[in-house]
Amino acid sequence: MGKIEWAMWANEQSLAAGLIYATGGIVGVAGQFRGWQFAAFGIAAGVFVCLLEYPRSKRRKGTSVERTGQYCFTVCVKAFGPLTRNYYVRAFLHAALCVPGGFMLATVLGCVCLGIASLIYLSAAIHGEHWEPILPRTEQPKSVGNSIKEPPQNPPPRPPPELRRKKVDKLETAVYDNPMSVTINE
Amino acid sequence: MGNFAANEGLSIFVILVWLGINVFLFVHFYLAFLVERYYYTRVILGHALSWARAPAACLNFNCMLILLPVCRNLLSFLRGSIQYCSRTAARQLDRNLTFHKLVAYMIALHTAIHIIAHLFNFERFMDSQLMINSSYLPYVLSQIGNNDNRSYLNPIRTNETNPTIVMFTTIAGLTGVVITLALILIITSSMEVIRRSYFEVFWFTHHLFIVFFIGLVLHGVGRIVRGQTIESVKVHKPDECHSRFEDWGKNGTDCPEPVFAGNPPMTWKWVVGPMILYVCERLVRFYRSQQKVVITKVVMHPSKTLELQMKKKGFKMEVGQYVFIKCPSISQLEWHPFTLTSAPEEDHLSVHIRIVGDWTQALYTACGGDKTVVQDAWTLPKVAVDGPFGTASEDVFRYEVVMLVGAGIGVTPFASVLKSVWYKHVQENKNVFTKKIYFYWLCPETQAFEWFADLLQSLERQMMEKDMSDFLSYNIYLTRWKDAEAAHFRVQYEAEDDPITGLKQKTRYGKPNWDNEFSAIATQHPGSKVGVFLCGPTALATALGKQCISHTESGTEFIFNKENF
Repeated sequence: MGKIEWAMWANEQSLAAGLIYATGGIVGVAGQFRGWQFAAFGIAAGVFVCLLEYPRSKRRKGTSVERTGQYCFTVCVKAFGPLTRNYYVRAFLHAALCVPGGFMLATVLGCVCLGIASLIYLSAAIHGEHWEPILPRTEQPKSVGNSIKEPPQNPPPRPPPELRRKKVDKLETAVYDNPMSVTINE
Repeated sequence: MGNFAANEGLSIFVILVWLGINVFLFVHFYLAFLVERYYYTRVILGHALSWARAPAACLNFNCMLILLPVCRNLLSFLRGSIQYCSRTAARQLDRNLTFHKLVAYMIALHTAIHIIAHLFNFERFMDSQLMINSSYLPYVLSQIGNNDNRSYLNPIRTNETNPTIVMFTTIAGLTGVVITLALILIITSSMEVIRRSYFEVFWFTHHLFIVFFIGLVLHGVGRIVRGQTIESVKVHKPDECHSRFEDWGKNGTDCPEPVFAGNPPMTWKWVVGPMILYVCERLVRFYRSQQKVVITKVVMHPSKTLELQMKKKGFKMEVGQYVFIKCPSISQLEWHPFTLTSAPEEDHLSVHIRIVGDWTQALYTACGGDKTVVQDAWTLPKVAVDGPFGTASEDVFRYEVVMLVGAGIGVTPFASVLKSVWYKHVQENKNVFTKKIYFYWLCPETQAFEWFADLLQSLERQMMEKDMSDFLSYNIYLTRWKDAEAAHFRVQYEAEDDPITGLKQKTRYGKPNWDNEFSAIATQHPGSKVGVFLCGPTALATALGKQCISHTESGTEFIFNKENF
């Protein structure tokens, strides 16, 4: 399991945990269970976690796959700078958010799932990962190749005129060869 | 629309039957808990009891089904037996992974319903213990069985607790939490993003299913769902006695105290069969992995492709099948799937492996890929091979006209097909049913051509010698190129051999116009069944599927077969 970016799995797990937390909270509030205040907190925390985790991070290696419509979330999450970039902060935040869920049955599952997500984020942070926004690439203007910037100062080198003249008996081979291959600077 | 039924009909039928059984089980078990025996349970719980038991029955059914599509040796055996009766039925078995995922989603859905219903149940059980009022029927019911602790109705036996604690101290609650957690971890690590990038994480986390099944079987052991016993219902009719609860058991009434008992666990009856089948499957895989496999040749191709030629005693394959390979020196537990590129007529088996991840990179190093000196045979790592397993390519020879489409590395199963076709036609002089093959290879880079181009070159040469040049018509499409290369191609346009592959048929640039290709083939072969085989990305599969359906007219029928890992 060498090169896994743990944050990718932590992201999926925490998104699922947020949904479960919020669902448990909705059930607790709608059914007016005892301790429904914890359920109400669960809804708020679950929704917050979902919003925070929806934008995927840019992968260190390989192509990153965006979630549909994640650009506006990316912008919001990016605005918090180091708070959202650092995974230690996220691990701690998830751990803190999950604790109140343990006090009520409806939110216990959300609590445990979020706790596991927090642990995976901790692992990601220890491995030095951090969150990078996926931003659309700005179109780079087509740069004109270096070789075409200035017209050449000197004429191209040519062999002396006596050798250039085509000899009648060597007509087929007297093809003019380009001394350099014509390519655009890559 | 015409060919839609032929291509998709059986799949849709299977899915509808499966959904139908789910609905039937749900409704049946919902109603089963609305009977007299559970009258008093419903006094406390209401309909939440039925809402919890109905998905539980569906969960039993789906957990039984989920192990079956991944018993690939069993499926291979079934496929071999069924394909003599019906090719279409055998092809359904190729969609085993799709079915596995569908069943998994259904399990997740029913788990959600089951848990939400039980949240209400726990809350209501707790309520009825806390409302201490002897004129309140739920409270009275909860006090039954306080003496012997056996004939009780309410699994929450005291009012000095809360639902969370009860959940962690009952077998049903604890196993429920454990198996739900296992399920959630399995699902999050099976998301396509994780699966395609880090197969190892997906594979290891998926083994939590062992925890899942053990917990599932133990989930009902505590007999927490309780109803009146049959004997008690005979003497205490709930309809008549429920309003006279203050007089139960007193002298002179005809309503003795009701006696409750729990239902015995049922889940094991559903899942024990598939669990045994799966254990057998793993034993078969283990046995096969112990068979000796010798690497006879290692070839390093450009575009990071490693070819391994191996010999295994008693190994028999069909065209286009795949095997699982394990390399114990890299990892004791990981098996990775690869398509076989050798033909059944050859004396060795070969695979072409693209180096994309940890395991393949380690294999490359272990086989001495980065060394330039020739390696001795004893330095090569030991490998284990499980398989072969069937895929759609086996059906190629059953069609008179065949279209093979491979994208990039997806061309590998067709390498096997083409080699086999050649052996059959020339060396063994068999009467081959297949009369014409149209081969399309879509490739993004030129270097990937090299090993396959060699094969096509030798086929081309041999076909010309035997005067059979029109048997195989191949079209290679380069889908991406650099400007510098384009200049080179333009200059070489008039050359006899293709500048990239060295073949007589020119490489084309860009993507094929499928409409034209299909129309041309339909006109050339009226009245025949054309098999279309694809190994490539989903977008291409959708495009080809549509083309098959739209070009199937009177006579020519295009049947689409797709394989993917």
